Amino acid sequence: MNEHFDILVVGAGPAGIAAAVSASASGKRVGLVDDNPAPGGQIWRSGTPAGAEARKWLARLDTSSVFRLQGWRVIDHPKHGTLRVESDQDCRDLCYEKLILATGARERFLPFPGWTIPNVMGAGGLDAMVRGGLPIAGKRVVVGGTGPLLLAVAAHLARRGAKIVAVCEQAPLRRFVPFAAYLLREPAKLLQGIDYLTATRGTRFYTGCWPIAATGKEKLESVSLQRSGKNWEVRCDYLACGYHLVPNLELAALVGCRIEDGFVATDDMLQTSVAGVFCAGEPTSIGGVELALLEGKIAGLAAAVGTAAAEKLVSHRRRRLRFVHALRSATALDPQLRKLATETTLVCRCEDVSYGALRKHVSWRDAKLQTRCGMGPCQGRICGAATEFLFGWDSALVESNIRPPIFPAMVSSLGIPDDNQACPGDKNTVADTSTGTPKETR
Amino acid sequence: MPEQPDFLILKVNDKFVTVARGTTVAAAILMTGAPIRISVTGEPRGPLCGMGICFECRATIDGAPHQRTCQILCAQDMEVHTL
Repeated sequence: MNEHFDILVVGAGPAGIAAAVSASASGKRVGLVDDNPAPGGQIWRSGTPAGAEARKWLARLDTSSVFRLQGWRVIDHPKHGTLRVESDQDCRDLCYEKLILATGARERFLPFPGWTIPNVMGAGGLDAMVRGGLPIAGKRVVVGGTGPLLLAVAAHLARRGAKIVAVCEQAPLRRFVPFAAYLLREPAKLLQGIDYLTATRGTRFYTGCWPIAATGKEKLESVSLQRSGKNWEVRCDYLACGYHLVPNLELAALVGCRIEDGFVATDDMLQTSVAGVFCAGEPTSIGGVELALLEGKIAGLAAAVGTAAAEKLVSHRRRRLRFVHALRSATALDPQLRKLATETTLVCRCEDVSYGALRKHVSWRDAKLQTRCGMGPCQGRICGAATEFLFGWDSALVESNIRPPIFPAMVSSLGIPDDNQACPGDKNTVADTSTGTPKETR
Repeated sequence: MPEQPDFLILKVNDKFVTVARGTTVAAAILMTGAPIRISVTGEPRGPLCGMGICFECRATIDGAPHQRTCQILCAQDMEVHTL
């Protein structure tokens, strides 16, 4: 089945919701496709009492004319103006005049001995699991890595009854001084910070500190922490560890958008290097929910009614970008973190490729060909960002490394002919989605 | 909103599990204490990213293999098998 949209938005986090809602106010036919069970992205994920801002935008989405495809994943861009999407059992081609990419970000994970043991998760990862119903009350949790997410996660888990044993931020305290100075000018963010600190009262906070090893047989039993050359071990049920965020660039790269310095290059109106394709939120810069909403509004208006409508928001965005720079310098990774992995530590979790096996290779491509690193189901989404930091490889974030399907897909989804004439406008054509046994492709 | 039952029952590896409505399949599997999958070299694994990126949580749901269980909500009478 094919659908035709004047404007198609990919990703229903804050940026995508703001883009879709803003664009639909013009009366244009707007589609919003997202792979989660419910809109909100990661930050407004269901399962927690939503804040006022989240409730406002989700209500706006509910009352808008936006056509929602929730639980659908984009797997391919078979030709300009068409995205192929897949659900658990079905596949469709979505046609668009203009496209807004709001694909968000994922956590950066750095390999250390024991990081593959069950119950070692990302910081956002454990938070998402708890929002998805994992009982956490009474559990001992160590939170580690870098970035403001650590404090947000610790506060949320503490409010759910977890015992936060320690919060370990890799950056030294002095790096947070300029960041704190920035927060003083942002009352909303400052209040949020105070709220987090209230929720985690009594928790030990360490800076310049990180987990160096996790141990446990069938699941996690303890974590070794290191600070200023001293090591100590703490017993815990969960380790929530993530080293800030990296943008999800796969779709932008597939569509042909220019990537610069690890982010999608755009102009002030968030127009990418491909005509009619806009990008909003974390893929342009990691700057938090306020910037994502603002970029969503700009992209939505610029795509639907033209750049004049979005003009007055551009200066707001420029001001917000200062937070991006403050965040980037505060979360810069300590070079010592490159020494966490030992010879036998796995870097690629899909194909179980060790640091020792990868170390001998000169490039991401070389490593892929020789070791199968990055060739499992996640397609390098986890190990790519790690090898970028460990070896300086230009991994999965380079356009030429991205090939369809960008997620493992059912064989039946790959069978729709590319020369499908249904676009644009012919909404009743039914494409061949004959149900075979779902099979993973490599 | 219409009232819906607050709990549902599903089967994970042939064991009945009762979960609150809105629980993800990955959370339900962890509640049973089972690892979600066994890696290519035989290691037990559980979820890492919680958002459908890492593929560590994939399992078979109602006969369909390789489902990312962190992205799918539990449904009444669902049958889940881990590897």
